[in-house]
Amino acid sequence: MLGRYVNNLNKRTHRFSNFSRTYKICVVGSGPGAFYTAQELLKRSGAEIDIFERLPVPFGLVRYGVAPDHPEVKNCINGFTSLMQTRRCRFYGNVNVGKDISVEQLRSAYNGVVLAYGAENNRKLGIPGEDISGCYAAREFVGWYNGIPSMAGLKPDLSCENVVIFGHGNVALDVARMLLSPVAVLEKTDISGAALETLINSKIRNVYIIGRRGPLQTAFTIKEFRELTKLPNCHGHLDKNVFTDLNSIIPDLARPRRRLTELMMKTALSEKTAELCQQTGSQHWHMKFNRSPTEVLSSPNCRRVSGIRMEINKLEKTSEAVRAVGSGKFEDLACGLVISSIGYKSIAIDENVPFDAVTGIIPNVKGRVVSKRLYCSGWVKRGPIGVIASTMKDAFETAEMISEDMKQDNLPTSSCFGFEEIAKYLDQKGVRYVTFEDWNKIDAHEKYLGRMKNKPREKLTSVVEMLNVIDTP
Amino acid sequence: MAKLASLCSSSSLIAQLYRLTTRSYHRLLVLQWNSLNGRQKGRWINTNAPLLHGEYEMQDPTSPDEIVNVTFITRDGEKKPIQGKIGDNILYLAHRYGIELEGACEASLACSTCHVVVDDENFDKLNEPDEKEDDLLDMAPLLTHTSRLGCQITLTKELEGMVLTLPKATRNFYVDGHVPQPH
Repeated sequence: MLGRYVNNLNKRTHRFSNFSRTYKICVVGSGPGAFYTAQELLKRSGAEIDIFERLPVPFGLVRYGVAPDHPEVKNCINGFTSLMQTRRCRFYGNVNVGKDISVEQLRSAYNGVVLAYGAENNRKLGIPGEDISGCYAAREFVGWYNGIPSMAGLKPDLSCENVVIFGHGNVALDVARMLLSPVAVLEKTDISGAALETLINSKIRNVYIIGRRGPLQTAFTIKEFRELTKLPNCHGHLDKNVFTDLNSIIPDLARPRRRLTELMMKTALSEKTAELCQQTGSQHWHMKFNRSPTEVLSSPNCRRVSGIRMEINKLEKTSEAVRAVGSGKFEDLACGLVISSIGYKSIAIDENVPFDAVTGIIPNVKGRVVSKRLYCSGWVKRGPIGVIASTMKDAFETAEMISEDMKQDNLPTSSCFGFEEIAKYLDQKGVRYVTFEDWNKIDAHEKYLGRMKNKPREKLTSVVEMLNVIDTP
Repeated sequence: MAKLASLCSSSSLIAQLYRLTTRSYHRLLVLQWNSLNGRQKGRWINTNAPLLHGEYEMQDPTSPDEIVNVTFITRDGEKKPIQGKIGDNILYLAHRYGIELEGACEASLACSTCHVVVDDENFDKLNEPDEKEDDLLDMAPLLTHTSRLGCQITLTKELEGMVLTLPKATRNFYVDGHVPQPH
């Protein structure tokens, strides 16, 4: 099946060969936004595409963001891999665009440049105590359990009983689920070895998932919430009172919101006897609404998290949105770990590329950046929201714009040498780039390590280690 | 009528057996009989890897009785009539004929990239979606009241003439003013 698919794409080269020229396009980043743009562009045109990635390994947040217990979601990697078997698509890893090579250099070497480098930073709570030991961004925590090299040294202390997670999105629920899942489930996933070790010794009993606004404003989707309700030996708690006013409006809600609210309400109303909650070894998650963090509290003698202070909010409806307004009443909650999961954030990687620091995206119209021959796709285009399906839809749009520009001759073809030119710069700088064949070696090695431990793979968590594997004959 | 029903079920059974024997993976096939209309539905449990890559859909129908005609309306608004057969999975049938229906999770019920909009009449003939499919549909961009996941639709004789629209057809298909209804 894969072979046939690749053949189809190669045939397309032929079909488009009456274009007197071959466009060379490069994509910066190798997550779903990058790969779906490349895929659609290969289908729509005869272009040759080079994908640049900062790490020696591809797939971005599919590898480092999707939770280890969601292996099915990662199946899209198979499609991306088959794409790399076409002659027209190449991968160059370990190349840091913005440092090793500039966007300007890419623009001179390629007919078009697509920026799809995602969102590598996160929004901050902006409250006192946020930098205390024991307070993490969910992005760091997710990177840690998924084995991203930059977070390998995170070593969070999970010896406390209570954890607070701020944010009501899918990432917050992923983190909660990872903290509350039985080891028997986790050890069969591709979770990083170090994270598994730490989670085995975890003492966590209560996970508080706290949001600024109410149940109708949550950003998580029903699939993730339902998974939380189905965790074995784990009980969910939601404040019944929050739902009392909602009964009458539920039928009028749009389908996704209606089904989610109904499930939350059902969970809130289900009986939890004191006996059940006191069971030894049982764990709990508590979803709290209408609370904004105001300060991370620390124990007097050491700079470690001891709790969190929150202001209780009232919700105010404006014409555009429902806003949380502080009521002046505060509440403290004791905890040993605080994880803020209030959103990812893109950064500017090159000063010559327009970037809107307020919205955290590259300003664009359907993926076209102001200057010609520059495009963007994925989270850096739309902002850090949505599941893979939304990123795909959005990547297709960018690819459509590029192929339209090709048809209308908006993309000059003069003197574009593609990677040949870039390789010279990289060699000059002594940057060691890796190819997809190199990744295949890392992939095989990780799977081999995984087999020893009965997991699908054991990820290498340092770039040096990855390069060593490539060098091993 | 009874004869027709038994014919449907037996060729569908052959399709399922074909799937089972061509894939000797350690997966459990559960056949759920629907004795009323002679339809049955096969479902694998423990699905964390690709189940099938559409090998069954690549086979031509062995007899005219097996043929089920369906029409896809692509994202560009183009109508593509296709001859499927009983037991074909819509996702892989689309792949066979080059229709650009994604299947990022490879039919393992973990994404909504194979979202299709079914015509009203045939929508009612489909088996009820299970909870997991409904949960995923809730994440699908451009959800309508007759949305389904292509990977969860298996062709039966009753679905003859079914029209499946790929969402996003904002340019050509909806020029008649049709607006997909949010549910």
